[in-house]
Amino acid sequence: MSDVMEKTLTALPSLLSLDSQPGSAKLSANSKLGNLIRGITELTSKHEEEKLIQRELSSIKEQVSSPNTTMRQMKELMVRTIYCEMLGYEASFSYIHAIKLAQQGNVLEKRVGYLAVSLFLNESHELLLLLVNTVLKDLQSTNLIEVCMALTVVSQMFPKDMIPAILPLVEEKLSHSKEIIRRKAVLALYKFYLIAPNQVQHIHNKFRKALCDKDPGVMSASLHIYLQLIQENPEGYKDLTMSFVTILKQVVMGKLPMDFNYHCVPAPWLQIHLLRILSLLGKNDQSMSEIMYEILDESLQRAEMNHNITYAILYECVKCIYTIHPKPDLLEKAAKCIGSFVLSPRINLKYLGLKALTYVVQQDPKLVLQHQMTIIECLDHPDLIIKRETLELLFRITNAQNVTVIVEKMLDFLQVSEDNHTTIDLVGKVAELAEKYAPDNEWFIETMNTVFSVGGDVMQPDIPNSFLKLLLEGFDSVEEDKKLRLFAVNSYVSLLQGEPSRLPQRFLQVICWVLGEYAHLNEDVEPDAVLRLLAKLLDMKSSTSETKSWVLIAMTKLCSGGAAFSVAHEVSETYGSSMDTMLRQRAQELQHLSQDSALQSRVFPRSGSQEPVEVDSSLSFLDGFVSEALAAGAAPYKPPHQRQEEMSRSKVLSLEPYGLSLPISMSSCSVTDRQSPTLLSMSSSLSGDSAELSHKASSTTLKLDGVTRVWGREGYLVQREPVQEAAQVEAPSPLRSPRQQGDEDSPHSQTPTPTPTPESEQEKQQLASSLFVGLASPSSVSLMGKSEQTSQRFRRKARIQDKPPTSGEQINNLPPGGAADLLLDSNVSSELVSSLEQTHRNSLDLTANGACDAELPDGDVKEIKTPLSTDDSVLAAGLSPHEGPDRPKDLCLTSYLPAELSGLSHSEITLLCTNQSLDLSACHVQKEDCVELVVFIKNSSDSAAHQLQMQISCEEIEVSCVCDSPVEELKSHSVTVCQYFLTVKRPSVCFDLVGMVYYQLAAGSLQTAQFLYKLPLTSFIRPLAVSTEEYGTMWLAFSHDTKQNLPLMKDEREPLTATLNLLKTKLQLHVVEIIGEEGIVACCLRPDQQCLLHCRMHAGMLAAWLRSPVPDLPDSLLYHCQRALQER
Amino acid sequence: MIKAILIFNNHGKPRLSKFYEHYNEDTEQQIIRETFHLVSKRDENVCNFLEGGMLIGGSDYKLIYRHYATLYFVFCVDSSESELGILDLIQVFVETLDKCFENVCELDLIFHVDKVHHILAEMVMGGMVLETNMNEIITQVDTQNKMEKSELFSFQSTRQDR
Repeated sequence: MSDVMEKTLTALPSLLSLDSQPGSAKLSANSKLGNLIRGITELTSKHEEEKLIQRELSSIKEQVSSPNTTMRQMKELMVRTIYCEMLGYEASFSYIHAIKLAQQGNVLEKRVGYLAVSLFLNESHELLLLLVNTVLKDLQSTNLIEVCMALTVVSQMFPKDMIPAILPLVEEKLSHSKEIIRRKAVLALYKFYLIAPNQVQHIHNKFRKALCDKDPGVMSASLHIYLQLIQENPEGYKDLTMSFVTILKQVVMGKLPMDFNYHCVPAPWLQIHLLRILSLLGKNDQSMSEIMYEILDESLQRAEMNHNITYAILYECVKCIYTIHPKPDLLEKAAKCIGSFVLSPRINLKYLGLKALTYVVQQDPKLVLQHQMTIIECLDHPDLIIKRETLELLFRITNAQNVTVIVEKMLDFLQVSEDNHTTIDLVGKVAELAEKYAPDNEWFIETMNTVFSVGGDVMQPDIPNSFLKLLLEGFDSVEEDKKLRLFAVNSYVSLLQGEPSRLPQRFLQVICWVLGEYAHLNEDVEPDAVLRLLAKLLDMKSSTSETKSWVLIAMTKLCSGGAAFSVAHEVSETYGSSMDTMLRQRAQELQHLSQDSALQSRVFPRSGSQEPVEVDSSLSFLDGFVSEALAAGAAPYKPPHQRQEEMSRSKVLSLEPYGLSLPISMSSCSVTDRQSPTLLSMSSSLSGDSAELSHKASSTTLKLDGVTRVWGREGYLVQREPVQEAAQVEAPSPLRSPRQQGDEDSPHSQTPTPTPTPESEQEKQQLASSLFVGLASPSSVSLMGKSEQTSQRFRRKARIQDKPPTSGEQINNLPPGGAADLLLDSNVSSELVSSLEQTHRNSLDLTANGACDAELPDGDVKEIKTPLSTDDSVLAAGLSPHEGPDRPKDLCLTSYLPAELSGLSHSEITLLCTNQSLDLSACHVQKEDCVELVVFIKNSSDSAAHQLQMQISCEEIEVSCVCDSPVEELKSHSVTVCQYFLTVKRPSVCFDLVGMVYYQLAAGSLQTAQFLYKLPLTSFIRPLAVSTEEYGTMWLAFSHDTKQNLPLMKDEREPLTATLNLLKTKLQLHVVEIIGEEGIVACCLRPDQQCLLHCRMHAGMLAAWLRSPVPDLPDSLLYHCQRALQER
Repeated sequence: MIKAILIFNNHGKPRLSKFYEHYNEDTEQQIIRETFHLVSKRDENVCNFLEGGMLIGGSDYKLIYRHYATLYFVFCVDSSESELGILDLIQVFVETLDKCFENVCELDLIFHVDKVHHILAEMVMGGMVLETNMNEIITQVDTQNKMEKSELFSFQSTRQDR
């Protein structure tokens, strides 16, 4: 078939000349569209095309707006417009007509109308609201085609807010008699689930019905939903595992009708879907995995290698086998499969084979050893994609022994790659490897030089930042640090002597910083020589003003000597009158400091960089200035929240658009404030530091990276258990040198390529032995992670702060001795991780119980076994790893509650994590305007802990410190308390606060402890006392809303009042007024984050309509309302 | 999820573009250009998978393409789709077009953009694969086409009446 196809298509060019047009195309060639297209093909330039299309569009515009145009003509016009839009010319005038066509045309015209709408508009387009009624009408139509069209357009795009309007109709279609309608309805509902998960919560039962549908098509459509649901929460769907296995068994055995076969393979796409679902369900779960073994084995055997699609199934099978709890004989078969993929002459299979190897390498490095020769061939493959994938694989197996070879290969690739995206990704990987495994200083600096010159200005900004941080903080020994810095200085001096104009700006900035800080280490180079080199950069045309200011800062640091003075003077003369204020500022600094060497050495202390410097975070030195200003009649300072309150009280004009900026500025304050104790900002002594601010702003983006990396480690650790077991089960192969093994494997690995000459073969062997060295050692076979850690050279200090040393004016005050053994004691860290892991799992269990019971088909909503009380502490209590024995501890912790909080009610104090030295517990206190988190740190060890630091972060919550002074020392068996204000930035159903505590024990090594604290939205909800009139005006002003039917307490005498009172007590809402069958309720998170609830009794349900100025708040609150009512 | 389906010819002229995720007009055109740029550079005997460019969302996204004579068929998908599965889906799509247009050629796609879209809608709905069985797709399209014919007929007959 496909051959025939290819032939006809090859013959096509000759058909392209329009004159000799046979068949269908000819007919339309005479149409207006035909004319247009003929016109376009005759054109020679883009400009002419533009003119032609604009002319066409204006003629279309004229016609569509003429009242005489029939729907039939409109349809033809729409097709032409679609064509123009596809070429990239906007025809917004036609959108409204497309909607009209969908509304008024007959079936065929409607079809084009819907098509045009779905191509022109997007879900946030305002015109789409006009389509809602049409969709509603068509969903109720008796014409199946109309229903189908409506479902299609709904699944392409539909305004989120309008989903409740059509939801019942789409739901109804799930039990339609036609399978095609049922199938489309399932997919439409899946789309709704993706956009607004809360609104389809109640139909999960129906999804189950769809899964059991008698038509396999509907069932396979429902798998889309289940794949998504299970990905989000595998625990909740374990009971379905057996069903999925049974379905797969029936499919594999060929029980489906023949229609579902594709190239004699029964329903391959369905099989792929099922295998994906199974791998999610079996991950880290032995009992579930055991159910699957048989069918996986069967699938492997049935998939005979004859067609592309069977390979697709095989690939999924293999991935599944390696994901679930391991079974030796299956692993063996899967490994064989991967082997046949990798060795296949078909390039697509080779690609997938490499991907599979990359996926399994952490569990089974031996498999990579078996295929090392093929991998090396792939490194020289003409297809860049294959090369790229091979590098990805090598990246995973990098260790201290093979790092130089692998990095060299990666850099080679970078030279030929033109794709920005690949460059950014690879450069990041090289930097990561270099940092982790660098064998020596020279190599490290040179590699980083290449990274900077290749990565240039496209690379992630955290690469130069973390490089500078590494240089600044140093690592094992002072002597080594000095050598590394010296080497860097020398290397940069020689680079600047070359052709610096070729270097990217970012690299120049790095060079400037390093030279500024460390040029003095090299006594052979005169400071004024360096200054002259730097001055040369200023004259270069390509230098941006940002680079120039880096240069000036570096010069300011260097210009202490007398000889340098003249250069400095000259430069500051030139730039002192620059139009760029920042450059002028820097030039002024340079001028003044170069003249006053005493001040210079105070501002940039060279040797004193290690001494801790006291920072006055209360800014008391400004007191004089403030009192002067007050005396002169200035208004006293008010903290942001107070200001906001006053503003909302005296609300005359709507201030909403500005409301958000305040909390943001508050967060940036708190960020810098928190960092000040460790990162001393010398720049505060310099006046008007706008540059500093801008650097800080850019540095906030970096933090994300640091955070993910920390978590990434755990993600890796999670997989360890099964790996170790797998390694135990398998008979340990005798240890051989990789070289030997390579020899053995080479005969069958060369099949796909012509036999290379012995010489090149030998080269490859050598490459192999250098690439795969270290993989066969016993430690790395069992667990690569461990060997990595021991061999890591440039050990990073634990990321206390991810703030880079922006322009070099910040110096870490950690004592140098503390750097000696910074890597966490592996015992401690793994224990921490596992305890954290456990709390994670516990919390999962808990939420799974609560949220998913309702979805079980037999599970009566009223019989939820683990009711979540409104008291949020239960949620947190579930997190405590061992509850019983800790109770007494909790009790005594209460006495440590800060005095100002003791009068307020607090949640139960829960133990979050313990290790040998620290016990961390926490509770939260609901205050009038915010929630305060109190963390108790108890030192349970016998030695004192020093330099205690706490970091708490959460994406959706703004965390600010109540009082931010790091605890210098925590004596043994004593307790300290940290307090944090929490305010909601972005509402969500539940918030996860992730905290890190850094401390040093007497031994001097830096330790960390991690914890997770869960807070539901309900703890932030406060009643909002408003009058009915105020409610009315607010209601109209708010833009985000959602609607849903909630259960009503029907058995009560006054169901509405009873229901609202229940919500009031459980969620702290304020009931504004109840009139007849309607009631209005109000609440807020902060004064500017209100949410209004309008309830009406309707058909035995409570029709709730929520509105708020804050996105996501209505949805999240609705969730809790639903919960509260279901649990009563 | 399928993010986008693009068909363009050897010169990069778009013949069909369908986005299942919203991008603005300019980005859509840039994506088409970038995709063409990436795909057209590739030789005949290399693999059919590509990592997505910057615009379409980076390394989580894959471009899976097939080249038939004068046309490139490109599906842009995220990691939840099977690469080989999509590759065969493209084949199914092309075979279906071939059946519907009786020896499909580039001109058919140009002059019947709407029909191609309708066929596609029976296969992929809102970014999800709806139907992979060619006969089933053709049946669905045929029932719609039959209506078209009957309507054409009635239209003509009314004209004769006049």
